[in-house]
Amino acid sequence: MKRFLPLGIFLVLAVFLAAGLGLNPREVPSPLIDKAAPAFRLPQLQEPGKSLGTDDLKGRVWILNVWASWCVACLEEHPILVEFSKQNVLPMYGLNYKDRREDALKWLGEHGNPYTLSVEDSDGRVGIDYGVYGVPETYVIDRNGIIRYKRIGPVTVPILKEKILPLVRQLQG
Amino acid sequence: MKVIAAILLLVLCAHSAAREAPATAADPALERRVVKLTSELRCLVCQNQSLADSHADLAIDLKNQVRSQMQSGRSDTEIRDYMVARYGDFVLYDPPFKASTLLLWAGPFALLLLGFVGLAVYLRSRRRRLPDAELPPADSARAEALLRGGSASEPQ
Repeated sequence: MKRFLPLGIFLVLAVFLAAGLGLNPREVPSPLIDKAAPAFRLPQLQEPGKSLGTDDLKGRVWILNVWASWCVACLEEHPILVEFSKQNVLPMYGLNYKDRREDALKWLGEHGNPYTLSVEDSDGRVGIDYGVYGVPETYVIDRNGIIRYKRIGPVTVPILKEKILPLVRQLQG
Repeated sequence: MKVIAAILLLVLCAHSAAREAPATAADPALERRVVKLTSELRCLVCQNQSLADSHADLAIDLKNQVRSQMQSGRSDTEIRDYMVARYGDFVLYDPPFKASTLLLWAGPFALLLLGFVGLAVYLRSRRRRLPDAELPPADSARAEALLRGGSASEPQ
């Protein structure tokens, strides 16, 4: 019995270490889940004369996707978003984070535009309100303007199919 | 000679171009407050640095945010709450004591306590395993002789 004590301690340590290695330290639980989406009113990317605000979107389930032309990881999720937007499940708004208009428009021209609309957050103030720290980030916001889901980093097909879509269906239902 | 002169000239030019870094804020007291507060906040982009240390884009934005909020008269606590509301307790290097951080704060003490309990159990069981052994008569006679100061005959 006594002989196996070191082995037991080793196994416990190994399990803890393995669990620790499996965690992603970049995925910080957002305090914004189940809280009201911070209000904003920003100029539209395509038509800077017009604006879009959170109050225009009350009563609808929508996605806010934070993107930028300088963001490499955005390219990873972009084809998935473009494909998803063709299904017309729900409106998806882009928050163009700390970008330049001409770069952003060029980027959308090259890679396709999945967004109903994009707004410009050129100084990143709205990004700070949403707790953005790793572009891309994706939020699902319900009819009452409450954030129900947040994804930090690129959206993948499994995440879209297993997390986002069921949630959206439930919220729309 | 020309080459040396050219190098000298270049060096002199470089020197004249290098100026003292501009003061980061007109108000040094405010700047000290900014540095003090931001060194208690974690930079989420480069998680092992504080906001004060980090030169990441977001860290610079957040430092500016802290500075402008201080300028508009908000207290350190208010600014800290502002950060926590957006990024969670994770931004604090000194996390608050609450249900979700119970293990973090109480864990080390619980482990220490566990260690003491283990030590006590071990010592107790060892005492039971080592009963007071009686010396054989020959040895105790020798010991007594030694204590009296006499030279004990060495039984080789």
